[in-house]
Amino acid sequence: MSIELKNVMYTYSPGTSYEIHALKDIDLNIPDGQFIGVIGHTGSGKSTLIQHLNALIRPTSGTILYNGEDIWADKYDRKTLRSEVGLVFQYPEHQLFESDVLSDVCFGPMNQGKTREEAEAEARKALSQVGFKEKNYGKSPFELSGGQKKRVAIAGVLAMNPKILILDEPTAGLDPKGRDDILDQIAELHAARGITIILVSHSMEDIAKYVERLIVMNHGETVFDDTPKAVFSHYKELETMGLAAPQITYIMHALKEHGLDVDADATTVEEAKRSILAVLNENKSALLKAEGGCLDD
Amino acid sequence: MIRDITLGQYYPADSILHRLDPRTKLSGTLAFIISVFLFHTFPGYAVATVFLAVMIKISKVPVKFIFKGLKAILMILMITVVFNMVLTPGQILWKWGFLKITREGVDLAVRMAIRLIYLVIGSSIMTLTTTPNQLTDGLEKSLRPLNKIHVPVHEISMMMSIALRFIPILLEETDKIMKAQIARGAAFENGNLIQKAKNMIPLLVPLFISAFRRANDLAMAMEARCYHGGDHRTQMKPLKYAARDRIAYCILAGYLAIGIAFRVMGI
Amino acid sequence: MGIIKAFKLGFDYLKYDEDGNVQDTQRAVNDVNLDIEAGEFVAILGHNGSGKSTLAKHLNALLLPTEGTLWIDDTVTSQEPELWKLRQKAGMVFQNPDNQIIGTVVEEDVGFGPENMGVPTEKIWKRVDESLQKTGMTAYRHHSPNKLSGGQKQRVAIAGVMAMRPKCIVLDEPTAMLDPNGRREVLEAVKELNRQESVTVILITHYMEEVIHADRVYVMDGGSIVMEGTPKEIFSKVDTLKHYRLDVPQVTLLAHELRKSGVDIPEGILTTEELVSALCQ
Repeated sequence: MSIELKNVMYTYSPGTSYEIHALKDIDLNIPDGQFIGVIGHTGSGKSTLIQHLNALIRPTSGTILYNGEDIWADKYDRKTLRSEVGLVFQYPEHQLFESDVLSDVCFGPMNQGKTREEAEAEARKALSQVGFKEKNYGKSPFELSGGQKKRVAIAGVLAMNPKILILDEPTAGLDPKGRDDILDQIAELHAARGITIILVSHSMEDIAKYVERLIVMNHGETVFDDTPKAVFSHYKELETMGLAAPQITYIMHALKEHGLDVDADATTVEEAKRSILAVLNENKSALLKAEGGCLDD
Repeated sequence: MIRDITLGQYYPADSILHRLDPRTKLSGTLAFIISVFLFHTFPGYAVATVFLAVMIKISKVPVKFIFKGLKAILMILMITVVFNMVLTPGQILWKWGFLKITREGVDLAVRMAIRLIYLVIGSSIMTLTTTPNQLTDGLEKSLRPLNKIHVPVHEISMMMSIALRFIPILLEETDKIMKAQIARGAAFENGNLIQKAKNMIPLLVPLFISAFRRANDLAMAMEARCYHGGDHRTQMKPLKYAARDRIAYCILAGYLAIGIAFRVMGI
Repeated sequence: MGIIKAFKLGFDYLKYDEDGNVQDTQRAVNDVNLDIEAGEFVAILGHNGSGKSTLAKHLNALLLPTEGTLWIDDTVTSQEPELWKLRQKAGMVFQNPDNQIIGTVVEEDVGFGPENMGVPTEKIWKRVDESLQKTGMTAYRHHSPNKLSGGQKQRVAIAGVMAMRPKCIVLDEPTAMLDPNGRREVLEAVKELNRQESVTVILITHYMEEVIHADRVYVMDGGSIVMEGTPKEIFSKVDTLKHYRLDVPQVTLLAHELRKSGVDIPEGILTTEELVSALCQ
């Protein structure tokens, strides 16, 4: 179930003075089951990129293959593609419209031609997988909290059984706890359903914690496409693009500069803690040894 | 894409028309509209044409922008012309089955077409040379006497300028909602009329809810910035007539006088 | 007495049934005491639904207390017949940048407040020029707000408040809808106003990094103030903050974890420099 982009270009308002090259010559391969992060400042082309993956935007030139088939070929079934490549937009308010949560989540599966019963079964499964409590199924989506709305919105796409799930800034506007909850849920989904996850985020800390592969967009191009560790080691270049590495990266580099021999590639608090403790213990035992040596004399 | 539609089709340029007070331009447009109905002979139309041509010339707006406005009324124009041609009784020029075209019909159709086209071009010149804000300001001030008969002129003009600010935002939002629902398999084009209307619900519900939320937020933001109605309010850019406006009014009066004279003399 | 003071402030949201009778009351703010001095930079932290936005709306009389008293510059809000006079003393910037800009041109929007206050035309222009300059938006004065970035829109909103020459400015999650660059831009503008113009700033947020430079921090939960102190005091209580659905900057968290593992460093470390000097002494 792979997506492949070959020389994809996209230009807004071509031929006018408002012409913007949103994507320039993108080559990308997204195989099965990865947890991918996409970062880039506003206007870097990351939103345009993800909308190409489920055929919401047609590239100006280049080809996009899904399982080896050109998704813009004449008779290609893009409706089916959109249910296999699910896209959850940033604001749940843009998609919630039914009078109760369960019906809202049923909207997707019913558009796939399922009966209400089948759709409800899918909806219940999806809602429970995003951690939404059954007692709230009958509530209006509009009276939910921000975090709950987000869950319902994700469930609404998940109920269509996508093979790939793209989330555009799923944590925007949530408080710290809400943010951690939703990201943990997404990571769990990734494990439970084995689906590919593409996470667009502004938070380097979140990216460092969850993804295995990180794509960095700048001026419509993919500048980096590697493991988060490898990407964040280029933190100085990231800064020139208006991005930054997680705060931990800066701490570790500063420590190293001050003579503490820590692992400068650590990107999460957990990794940093382990590395610092190891170095401190080593220093301590070295110190003890030195003191012991003194005594011997 | 929906957001490609341009609204409030202001064309920025530095011309004498751009600098005129919006009230002068509103009166000018009104005078021109009256003149188009006063003139009913071809010499009269010639005077109107000259007037219009001069206005286009001094507005510094490219002619193609001015004629763009006509595209929107092309259908109405065609219908008016065809109906006038075939439905007016009189001397028959051409006949096919029950359809007949009369001399009087052709005459009337041409007049109607000229009037319609001139009306659109005349008002386009005004909207192209006046920012939406100036326009609402001009309307507010021109209509202020209506306050006496309890027409809430200030509130109406405030609503108009807020609408102007939010139309692009809501259009962009419509675009986003459509994409979010298409991603969930929604189809906005399929089916018959009733089906199509039903398909719009997933678009309209989020759009309305968002619009209400925005209205609520905006009302609070306005209150927080001391808005308390139109009383005792000062203006940052009050409208003031300049010498050029007085000259413009004289020209307009002269132009209208010609129109009335033509009418009285039956030219 | 401070510029803003609250004594046992309480507020109930009322829920009405179809006949317009009060069906239910929901306590949003409960027994809040505040005393904010002129020129201070105060942050109010809390998770979504903790009551911090409801409290914020009291600080410029958009809401009036159900019980208790709130003073803005020595005036009791519930006793002022013309509330807009209080609102010019305590200006407010909201979360959504699109929903608070009224003008279709940047400079006209900045002039909106002074127009409402009845400031004479020439003085409006002077205030607009000054406010745009203070927020660094002079270059954009003739632009349409729709063409600006989120951070720029928020700076226009701040300029709009500054043009009313308030003594105090309340910012209700001004960065929640912005990207990291926009967030930095807005925060810098706010800090600058506090430093240069000595405007009292009350910043409401759930981003912990934004409150490091505050003079004082209040933490809200369930409508009440549950913690109060300097950023250092607040951030030294990592586990308590977690309990209130908040977190701490990564550097503070790392220092806290190291301390728990027996490393001898002080609590409440807020910056990378502090941690480095604590570890590499």
